Amino acid sequence: MGFSILDELPKLLWLVIGLAAFAGVIGLLLLVVDRGPRARRDWWQAAFFLGPAVLLLLLGLVYPALRTAWLSFFDGSGETWSGLDNYVWLFTQPEILIVLRNTLLWVVLAPVLATATGLVYAILVDRSRFESVAKSLLFMPMAISFVGAGIIWRFVYAYRPAEADQIGLLNRVVVAFGGEPQQWLLNQPLNTLLLIVVLIWVQAGFAMVVLSAAIKAIPSEIVEAARIDGANAWQLFRSVTLPSVWPTLTVVLITISVQTLKVFDIVRTMTGGQFDTSVIANEMYNQAFRYGELGQGSALAVFLFALVIPLVIVQMRTNRRVREQQA
Amino acid sequence: MSDPTPRPTSAAARVRRRLSGRVGSAVAIVIALLWTMPTFGLLISSFRPEQQIKTTGWWTFFTDPQVTLQNYADVLFGTSSQGQLASYFINSIVISLPSTVFVVGIAALAAYALAWMDFPGRDWLFLGIFALQIVPLQMALVPLLSIFSQGLVVGGVQVLPAWEFQGALEFTNVWVAHTIFGLPLGIFLLHNFISALPRSLFEAARVDGAGHGVIFRRVVTPLIVPALVSLGIFQFLWVWNDLLVALIFAGGNADVAPLTVRLAEMAGTRGNEWQRLTAGAFVSIVVPLLVFFSLQRYFVRGLLAGSVKG
Repeated sequence: MGFSILDELPKLLWLVIGLAAFAGVIGLLLLVVDRGPRARRDWWQAAFFLGPAVLLLLLGLVYPALRTAWLSFFDGSGETWSGLDNYVWLFTQPEILIVLRNTLLWVVLAPVLATATGLVYAILVDRSRFESVAKSLLFMPMAISFVGAGIIWRFVYAYRPAEADQIGLLNRVVVAFGGEPQQWLLNQPLNTLLLIVVLIWVQAGFAMVVLSAAIKAIPSEIVEAARIDGANAWQLFRSVTLPSVWPTLTVVLITISVQTLKVFDIVRTMTGGQFDTSVIANEMYNQAFRYGELGQGSALAVFLFALVIPLVIVQMRTNRRVREQQA
Repeated sequence: MSDPTPRPTSAAARVRRRLSGRVGSAVAIVIALLWTMPTFGLLISSFRPEQQIKTTGWWTFFTDPQVTLQNYADVLFGTSSQGQLASYFINSIVISLPSTVFVVGIAALAAYALAWMDFPGRDWLFLGIFALQIVPLQMALVPLLSIFSQGLVVGGVQVLPAWEFQGALEFTNVWVAHTIFGLPLGIFLLHNFISALPRSLFEAARVDGAGHGVIFRRVVTPLIVPALVSLGIFQFLWVWNDLLVALIFAGGNADVAPLTVRLAEMAGTRGNEWQRLTAGAFVSIVVPLLVFFSLQRYFVRGLLAGSVKG
């Protein structure tokens, strides 16, 4: 059966209905809100404005998060209390220990390398003739989905037997230097590192843009003064640029770390978590939605949340410091 | 010499500077190549005939250029085993537009109230919503899915009925899920922007007898258009590129599943059908790239203004 636009009409109709209904409700709300009784006006006006957001958040985020925490103390069906069993499982099951090790690798490598690449590139292209084009090149992967990025890199890692022509860029390069073509995504622990490359590829642009703005914010008098004192490029970098962008650098590093902890799509698209490449977010999906182990899936989600908290605290502190510096 | 200072530089320093300039440029070019080559290779491949893609590298295109649009025709409009991505493309649009509009609208209202309306508990509420930004959406998936499929029962009382949507109506689940997950960051970003508007603006409007509804519509909205666009781009790209939420709230149904879900599936089951994967990946990438390049200014501004969603 081929594609037919007629099959698509109900969807488009529902799209229009959905958007129109939303516009209608908001429009009505804004009309009504000024016409009510004067008594306790502030109260119910605020309720009108905030009501939709608060209701949705309570229903879709607050209650579910609490419920997930609660479910993590139950067995797979979510009915029998099992105490800390799921957490014991989380830290003793060999397969899950590999998942935790992989997640650690991701969180250590991806943020540092993405930020470093972004910083180096931002400095190198700063005030060059091609700056904006050069930046777009690095930045473009940010618009691409992790699924798309996963396919792009699977193609780079593609494997053909040694006697055939290689179609993957990486194996082509290896063969050109006289090596044997490898099945990159099957050999651990290298395969996890090659997946991490994909995230670095996506996130370096983010680091570059934010750091580039910070570099441009360094007062030019300081840079000039250092130049006049005879500082070379390296000295300039170490004693002027780096200290000035340090708070921003920390924020970027932590933001990417938080993203990295939750990485799911890349692993799912490229290996499906096989060959010892799974990470927490992928395992959580498998446990909760494929194996029906709600308790174990919930425990993984809670553990993920626990890992995010200290990072966010550091980030909030640094953010405040950046603001104070700018003020 | 371009150095504005007249002080004499040693020959060694000059050599070193020139070298660091050369090395620097070389490093920048290498990085730029590494960052563009993979995408470029995929793009070239998507236009090569199947037989060629599968037997020779995409770089042979430069010595033996053969171009075809067959891959795109197959993957978009062919049989369902070939992908039939046109239908999923429409699903992606039907998912992304409302999920974006809903978040921008609801977040703007909430951010305005949090910034400029007086009511008890305002600061606590803001803090609470701010804190929600850090909750990974993995924490919400299982219970939210059960709310959709079984309704919400509190203490034996059915507070919400089950939503038993069929066919196209199932998009509603995805819209609601994406809207919820987008709200904390949306409210935070817009609050930053709206609370920075000058107080005199609101006082003048109030003196003229305008209520909150009128102020929001006539005064605030026109002023925060750039912020709304920034948030809109973020949310749109996020939703369009999302896999996890779509997989859970629409994954089982080909009528509503977006491109990402279909592509991930094809990468899993037909991982060596590169003629489809390359063209398919580009079908999914083209919209975000267009949005990104045409609205890059807003995108960068948004990045610099706030965090990134999780």
